[in-house]
Amino acid sequence: MVRKIFVIILLIGLGWFFYGMADSFHGSDSLNMTASYYAENGAEEVGAANLVTAIVVTYRGLDTLGEVTILFLTAAIAAFFLKSKEEFSKRDVKPSSELLQTAAGMLVPLIFVLGVYVFVNGHLSPGGGFQGGAIIASGLVLLLLSKPLQKVNSRFFALVESFSGLFYVGIGVAGIFLAGGFLDNSILPLGEFGTLLSAGILPVIYILVGLKVGSELSGLLTKFQETQEEN
Amino acid sequence: MDFGLVAVVVGFLLILIGIWGILTQKNIVKIVIGFSIFDTGLHAIMVGIGYLKGRTAPILDSAVSPADALTSIVDPVPQALVLTAIVIGLGVTALMLAYVVRLYDYRKSLDISSYEDLKW
Repeated sequence: MVRKIFVIILLIGLGWFFYGMADSFHGSDSLNMTASYYAENGAEEVGAANLVTAIVVTYRGLDTLGEVTILFLTAAIAAFFLKSKEEFSKRDVKPSSELLQTAAGMLVPLIFVLGVYVFVNGHLSPGGGFQGGAIIASGLVLLLLSKPLQKVNSRFFALVESFSGLFYVGIGVAGIFLAGGFLDNSILPLGEFGTLLSAGILPVIYILVGLKVGSELSGLLTKFQETQEEN
Repeated sequence: MDFGLVAVVVGFLLILIGIWGILTQKNIVKIVIGFSIFDTGLHAIMVGIGYLKGRTAPILDSAVSPADALTSIVDPVPQALVLTAIVIGLGVTALMLAYVVRLYDYRKSLDISSYEDLKW
């Protein structure tokens, strides 16, 4: 009872605090200094049509490398905690419905292709490595839902993940020698603005990020699948 | 209508719902869902702060030429930050769920009140 009162008091307090912030919030009319720099120079300096991608991969490239590292760490720790059970493929499960199985067979390849499309076009349209990787992992979820006992080769995911991470850092180091600095974009020529082969090394980095995120999340999902005991 | 303000208000409400879930739910999986809702609220607020009235997405194409980007796009920086935050949130959720799996293996219970080892 006392606990509930405390929770209510806390929520009312926070609500009052948030009300003050939302009440005094007013959207600005123009971009701030950093954003206007990116808006003015992003197209020339990076050559990516999608400015968010330009910021994520080039201007804040080091942050993205750190983020990929954090994702790798969480996947590694989760894999450490989830001990896979050898007999998971012997547990008896109800077969999933005809509808789900047929739909999965048709949709999973298409979802994978959509994921690849999203991260290959990350510098031109909404999307990018993280989103594309998540789409690929969602395709794997559908596959595992339709065939709960399907064995997935987690070694393959680990290999793809390690190599794309390695190449990502390698491209970053190559930037020190061939261009202006770590993860510098101008190793490759910028090309024609708005075409698929443009924006220097940025699409390559985002493809690597997409492969890494996709295989990481897929590996994580397989771990969860292998840990499951009953349905 | 100011969509930035709408996003901020909805975000604050989601944060409150998330905190309520974290503090009052007994089921550990529901607590993890509370954290997830909290996260979503934060993302909505961050995107809402970067919104500028009457402007479009920060993608330069036939609709927005690089020359008039300064006056026609919303702030791309919060969007890049939220992109990062969503991925980290996903990783943290997966990690919490892995802990839940281990906890369930350990005591065969998802009720938070049956874990009293650290209670004083």
